[in-house]
Amino acid sequence: MALELPDNVVITKLDEMVSWCRKNSLWPMPFATACCGIELMATGASRHDLARFGAEVFRFSPRQCDLLIVAGRVVMKMLPVLQRIWQQMHEPKWCISMGACASTGGVFDTYSVVQGIDRFIPVDMYVPGCPPRPEQLIQAIIDLQAKIQREGTMYGREFTRPERQLPSRALRQ
Amino acid sequence: MPLERILPSGDLAQDEPQEYLWTMNFGPQHPATHTTLRLVLKLDGERVVDAMPDIGYLHSGFEKLAEHLDYNQYVTVTDRMNYVSPMANNVAWHMAVEKLMGIEVPPRCQYLRVIVAELSRISDHLVCNGAVGLDTGAFTYFLYAFNPREKLYDIFEALCGARFTNSYTRVGGLTGDASPEAIAMIREVIRELPKTFGDMERLLDRNKIFVDRTKGIGVLTKEEAINRGASGPVARASGVTRDLRKDEPYLSYADFDFQVCCATAGDCYARYLVRMAEMRESLKIVAQAIENLPEGPVSIGIRDRASLPPKGMVYSTIEGLITHFEVLMTNRGFEVPCEEIYSATEAPNGELGFYLVGDGSSRAYRARCRPPSFLHFALFPHLIRGHMLSDVVAVLGSLNVIAAELDR
Amino acid sequence: MDAMPTRTTSELKRAFPTAEISEFRGQVRAAVPVSSIGDCLRFLKEQLGFDMLVDLTCVDYLAYRGATSRFGLVYLLLSVDRGERLVVRTFVDDPQPAVPSAVPLWQAADWLEREVWDLFGIRFEGHPDLRRIVLPEQFTAHPLRKDYPLQGRGERHNFPVITRAEG
Ligand code: SF4
Repeated sequence: MALELPDNVVITKLDEMVSWCRKNSLWPMPFATACCGIELMATGASRHDLARFGAEVFRFSPRQCDLLIVAGRVVMKMLPVLQRIWQQMHEPKWCISMGACASTGGVFDTYSVVQGIDRFIPVDMYVPGCPPRPEQLIQAIIDLQAKIQREGTMYGREFTRPERQLPSRALRQ
Repeated sequence: MPLERILPSGDLAQDEPQEYLWTMNFGPQHPATHTTLRLVLKLDGERVVDAMPDIGYLHSGFEKLAEHLDYNQYVTVTDRMNYVSPMANNVAWHMAVEKLMGIEVPPRCQYLRVIVAELSRISDHLVCNGAVGLDTGAFTYFLYAFNPREKLYDIFEALCGARFTNSYTRVGGLTGDASPEAIAMIREVIRELPKTFGDMERLLDRNKIFVDRTKGIGVLTKEEAINRGASGPVARASGVTRDLRKDEPYLSYADFDFQVCCATAGDCYARYLVRMAEMRESLKIVAQAIENLPEGPVSIGIRDRASLPPKGMVYSTIEGLITHFEVLMTNRGFEVPCEEIYSATEAPNGELGFYLVGDGSSRAYRARCRPPSFLHFALFPHLIRGHMLSDVVAVLGSLNVIAAELDR
Repeated sequence: MDAMPTRTTSELKRAFPTAEISEFRGQVRAAVPVSSIGDCLRFLKEQLGFDMLVDLTCVDYLAYRGATSRFGLVYLLLSVDRGERLVVRTFVDDPQPAVPSAVPLWQAADWLEREVWDLFGIRFEGHPDLRRIVLPEQFTAHPLRKDYPLQGRGERHNFPVITRAEG
């Protein structure tokens, strides 16, 4: 076929197009337990305005979301709830661990605080800081979008690749 | 369950067969609980017959941690206690420590502490009222309330370098003096905030939906408020005219002219109005404090090895360096009596106190925090009985329960 | 230091001769033996008008210099009208530390006593619903006791791990 394609047609792989769609319509599920949750709210509020990056549709039902943002420390009593919520989310799904507490336990090296949620659920992106500034969280979302574009496939096969199956740190211990 | 089965005391008549009641779980991950509260509600249709709060979803061992950190280090943890008004916690903590050690802070420090405590009261009430609005359907109102908080954050950032984990106070003083820029920013906020308050009042005070959803809901009588240990705006909305800033003036509150805002209705709407009025009073205090800000140091200096020397002194003089070391060394550090003390402040949420036991070392032997949220959340079942399911969020919002302070 | 006698302290002393009154930086404290703490609190509420229980907490004196009993319970009372505060303390010992509950006097004691039971393991006799409050039901220790380590005994990591494949 010797037809010329018009300018408004772009040729791409289906995989890439799907990833592109996914990354630009992340629906976060805010799992805000503690102080970091306030910064999460600030990120969504007018000055920082997460909507600029296509991730402002906060939904509080895990069934509707594909990005879990764990903001704040997770303690013994809360961890089963977190795991349940993670399991209720549909594939494809990602997880951002926001703040020192969610990532490592932070200043709370005490009897009841889980020392990093990545021991118990998979985490894609860590945001350091106590609390991270809204800009940092936005950067994490941008990075996650790049990661989704890089790794995504239409069938979500990346989620069953063996090297991604294990939350690395927990099992090495 | 017919409502008559709820006894005048607010408790349930136990003899009623209750098969047709059903139980609903609410939280711990629910948008209206804001953080991690859980309620188990017993419902008769849409009417709440009983509620059983379940807490501890954010219990992180604050009090245990206090026994392992020294008096200066622990202030970072108090930031994380009531994280919508961290400065007020800082002030409360170090007031207790200074009371235990018998230290009197210099006037400039007192004034600055008053300023930051009042600014955090404003920021707390903005969130609380904003959240009440959000939960009762006024989303725009929430954004109006949240926006000025960014300005307050900017001030805190100018004062101590962090948006809300400030850790601004130290034993015997502050981490640093307020810069002229910070003071200019505070002046600007004093000019701008009344406009925000006006906007907020016009948006919601006479909004029919909001008034209908909050008036007469969750009524707390004066006797109950006292018996159940309510304090702060919750008690004042029920007619308890108690405000520690007036009744037991600490810092330099005696110097300022302000009013204690009270109401008598004791319902959600009254609590909302008390908070609105309190913000204006707080702003008045800040304005007076900033105009009369005394000159002088913000720390008691290095006498008695109690306060950390300023950083400039540590880096440039041997005396400063030695003092710095001595304060930090665990076996030299502070001189603390083997005594126990309770010291309370009027935090935005109510009476925030610390019961400290000193054992002579630089760490507290026991640092009990008296959290207002804890006692307020215990009120919840009493307030909600007999109301509708949709009132749960209004009552919850008006109590302003902060999970981290609730569970510690 | 001996306290300046006030109406409260003198009446308290008259009714409970075993009470020891002391004062520190202007704060009046009364130490009452555990056998009479229930009556003493009732007397303070009903006769002397301390109508608000501000706080109830506990201190574990395990390693405290000069301490004679293991646990000290602290009741912070307030009379709202007079604005007068009083700290009432009582001491209990292992094994089976227990005191009478203050819930019939002040509703506020309900959760406060549950918290002390949870974190210190002190029983409040007559409490309507003495369950753990902040820690999970399955927890066995009382973490604010001094012989419990800060990092716990591994309870915090005793959970199943969820991987991507299971997710
Ligand atoms: S990382 Fe810091 S700000 Fe975030 S939840 Fe933990 S203590 Fe709070």
